[in-house]
Amino acid sequence: MSNEISTAPKKEQVKKEPLFSPKNKKLLYDPMNDSNPITVQVLGICSALAVTVKMQPSIVMALAVMVVTAFSSLIISIIRNIIPNRIRIIVQLTVVAAMVILVDQFLKAFVYDVSKQLSVFVGLIITNCIVMGRLEAFAMANKPWPSFIDGIGNGLGYGVILVIVSMIRELLGSGELMGFRIIPESVYEMGYFNNGLIIMPPMALIIVGIIIWVQRSRNRKLIEAK
Amino acid sequence: MEHVNLFIKAVFIENMIFAYFLGMCSYLAISKTVKSAVGLGMAVIFVLTVSVPICYLLEKYVLKAGALAWLSSDFASVDLSFLSFIMFIATIASIVQLVEMVVEKFAPALYATLGIFLPLIAVNCSILGGALFMQEREYATLGEATVFAIGSGVGWFLAIVALSAIREKIRYSNIPDPLRGLGITFIITGLMAIAFMSFMGIKL
Repeated sequence: MSNEISTAPKKEQVKKEPLFSPKNKKLLYDPMNDSNPITVQVLGICSALAVTVKMQPSIVMALAVMVVTAFSSLIISIIRNIIPNRIRIIVQLTVVAAMVILVDQFLKAFVYDVSKQLSVFVGLIITNCIVMGRLEAFAMANKPWPSFIDGIGNGLGYGVILVIVSMIRELLGSGELMGFRIIPESVYEMGYFNNGLIIMPPMALIIVGIIIWVQRSRNRKLIEAK
Repeated sequence: MEHVNLFIKAVFIENMIFAYFLGMCSYLAISKTVKSAVGLGMAVIFVLTVSVPICYLLEKYVLKAGALAWLSSDFASVDLSFLSFIMFIATIASIVQLVEMVVEKFAPALYATLGIFLPLIAVNCSILGGALFMQEREYATLGEATVFAIGSGVGWFLAIVALSAIREKIRYSNIPDPLRGLGITFIITGLMAIAFMSFMGIKL
């Protein structure tokens, strides 16, 4: 059902303007830096911190969030004109929850180990503020194709931070990347230790704090007013 | 005694914010002043205490594999657990709506303080997180689930009030420009979480 609806407006869109017009490209690239969902818009932090001990689960998580954000933006944007304003939150939650159930079942079927590691955090994509925030701020007021791009862009922006944080934590915390050993055994024999603190939850917060620091000192227009 | 242990565990050792980062978004956004932090914290305790037990009953009598056996023996093999996300979020959203209306009608003073925060809570991860943890950890009785919910709420309350008090104090401190606002808040939360890690050794 939703497939039929979703293809029709997209085709119209293609005729009117190129698929990746400069405006749409901006939607895709902006969330990587200038309007990054985590470090600038402060959305979706809960899951960003909890799943970043290892790289593999964080990549899976980032993909899951991207899929959910993109497709729920698409669906909400298609039906945006028929949603009564007063119950829009519940309608949005229902669409998002349905998408999350699909993703969750998919993960359980194909990458069961990772799905176990992510535990409740797949379910928590429903209340992930990135999804709700983009639905409220963008998809409710824009056409389906830009909304879809916006969803992908924000999912990517979220994923970039997730990958950076998890790379730092996995490298320093267990000397591996994606499960492969990076720091050779001989270094350990010389007296090197894995940093046990960095795989503890608090360090995720501090790493994100430092990422914000670095980003804002490079991009000074993001600095908050006093 | 077991309930007291569970409560202390939920407040300190498995604190919603410092151990699981649930509800971080509103935690960061609404912790600028102590007054609003207290308001939001109270609302979270309230909604958690009401909605987690209801989700527990839903889980036990509708969603779990074989849970429908009380209806008739034909349903004993039905497993609706894949519906739990949508059921929980619908429950939470409608409870928040209901609580808002009840509070508005019977306690206008409380409504004036909580007013704007109540609708926000429907999308606060800590509520759905509480419900999902309750499901994952399989609490044995309704009492345990309720105590866990109250404990998580109190832990969240403590965390947001503490952070807002610190943020009020550091408002006029000399912080490096790029770190001002969000950056320093993250680092403060990280340090607070390290402090809370000292509870980890406690075996209850």
